[in-house]
Amino acid sequence: MATTLDDVFETFELLDEWTERYGFLIELGEELPAMDDALKIKEHKVKGCLSQVWMVPRHEGDVMHFIADSDAHIVRGLVALVLLMFNGKTPNEVVALDPRPTLARLGLDKHLSPGRNNGLHSMIARMKKLAAVATS
Amino acid sequence: MNVVTTPTTKSVTEQVAAIRAEFPALHQEVHPGKPLVYLDSAATALKPQAVIDAITEVYTKNCANIHRAVHAMSQRATADYEAARESVRAFIGAPSIEEVIFTRGTSEGINLVRFTYGQQNLQLGDEVLVTELEHHSNIVPWQLLCERTGAKLVVVPINDAGEVTEEAFASKLSVRTKIVAFAHVSNALGTVLPVKRFTQLAHDVGAVVVVDGAQGIVHTHVDVVDLDVDFYAFSAHKLYAPTGVGVLYGKRALLEAMPPYEGGGDMIDEVSFEGTTFNDLPHKFEAGTPNIAGVIGLGAAIEWLRAKDLAALHAHSLEVLRYGEAALTELGATLVGTAKDKVSVLAFNAFGAHPTDLGTILDAEGVAIRTGHHCAQPVMAHYEVAGTARASLGIYSTREDIDALIRGLLIAKKMFVRG
Repeated sequence: MATTLDDVFETFELLDEWTERYGFLIELGEELPAMDDALKIKEHKVKGCLSQVWMVPRHEGDVMHFIADSDAHIVRGLVALVLLMFNGKTPNEVVALDPRPTLARLGLDKHLSPGRNNGLHSMIARMKKLAAVATS
Repeated sequence: MNVVTTPTTKSVTEQVAAIRAEFPALHQEVHPGKPLVYLDSAATALKPQAVIDAITEVYTKNCANIHRAVHAMSQRATADYEAARESVRAFIGAPSIEEVIFTRGTSEGINLVRFTYGQQNLQLGDEVLVTELEHHSNIVPWQLLCERTGAKLVVVPINDAGEVTEEAFASKLSVRTKIVAFAHVSNALGTVLPVKRFTQLAHDVGAVVVVDGAQGIVHTHVDVVDLDVDFYAFSAHKLYAPTGVGVLYGKRALLEAMPPYEGGGDMIDEVSFEGTTFNDLPHKFEAGTPNIAGVIGLGAAIEWLRAKDLAALHAHSLEVLRYGEAALTELGATLVGTAKDKVSVLAFNAFGAHPTDLGTILDAEGVAIRTGHHCAQPVMAHYEVAGTARASLGIYSTREDIDALIRGLLIAKKMFVRG
């Protein structure tokens, strides 16, 4: 059964140690379907100095869908988490959605800091930009 | 009655323990129940209380501009600022204080040489020599200079241990070589380059030598006269001093012949719209109000260091490095950079994990390391890795720090090596 955001909240509450939480994030990342290497091109790469993140948008009717991947396991888990939040939303919902409270509730908001980081911040910025284009 | 006191020689372990007590940042929990284990000194070193106090004193007692006013505070600030210059001079063995120029850091020191000596002396057909292990700060300025002047950038390759052999170095030198720029110590690999020998070889073909001493000044004894280098640039912040300050040492004859770098206050003699004459060395290269507190903090750091038995502490650091290399190898990590002569740096990859994953897990355990390409992408390309995890040592680093690193990596190993 696919993991939901609620599952993530529940599991995080059960796990005391941060290393265990990261272990869970790694598993979450492993559930993410692997991105075809042919899609891992420069145009799909988002800026991040410490690890690489690729993201490709897929429109499915009225809602938006994104596939994404990273070469780092924990970042891949974070990417999976962000996709749980954003996939299946309308462009308007994607534009309006602030991922920060959810990540803050999980204690993961530090991974969202802009600058030379893990690409998560840039990925969300690009998803919102694509959604904004889709609404206009 | 005269009391004869025998000088108590503290063991190096005791010296390091005493040193650790002087670094307030070392004594904190970075996460609940996780005390800081700091293994990122190659990125920036922590600051001892003596340096923190010196900076505080500037702003509490001597808050004034320097070289400009007759009032007491300015006189004190000027005296402390120039005393710091003398401390630097003595520390690196420079013949005179005129050869010690304060900059913003190593990068600015290198760029200063590029814009003055480089711009004045390079032309089409000339060559600038760098090595494959350079930090981007010692590549990009020269690339830009070559683009501007038509000179060619020539690269000396490293071997798989991360060494620059004399043979490889000499084979790239020619009469066309005008500038040779290389690191004293590689930030990504820890390799120590034979500065004195390479300088001789470069001088034999008439080239000027620029050394990136950002790591070298921290882990080796630097005597610029003995090394005979023409320029030696380093940053204060890796030497237990504040960020935003650095030093460029240059031989007087070269500095005098060079045009000014930036124009502004303090670097001038007389100014009129018909023309301007420039101040004497070293002020000719120090335009504008400098980072006064930073420089005075650097002076304090150097005086603090000079009171230590640095030879013994460097030997201790090397012993911790060897201990770390052995422990990482036993754990199944792949060391990146295995030069015979190396200091401070333990760069590695392990368990098929991304370096960022290792860094994140280690951070959760309170262990601070650096991950990524370390601003040395050509080095990463040589080893065909996206990056490395890098633990690096400082004057306060111990075997216990390595033990904590290994404990953290064992947790990571469980997560990444299944079954």
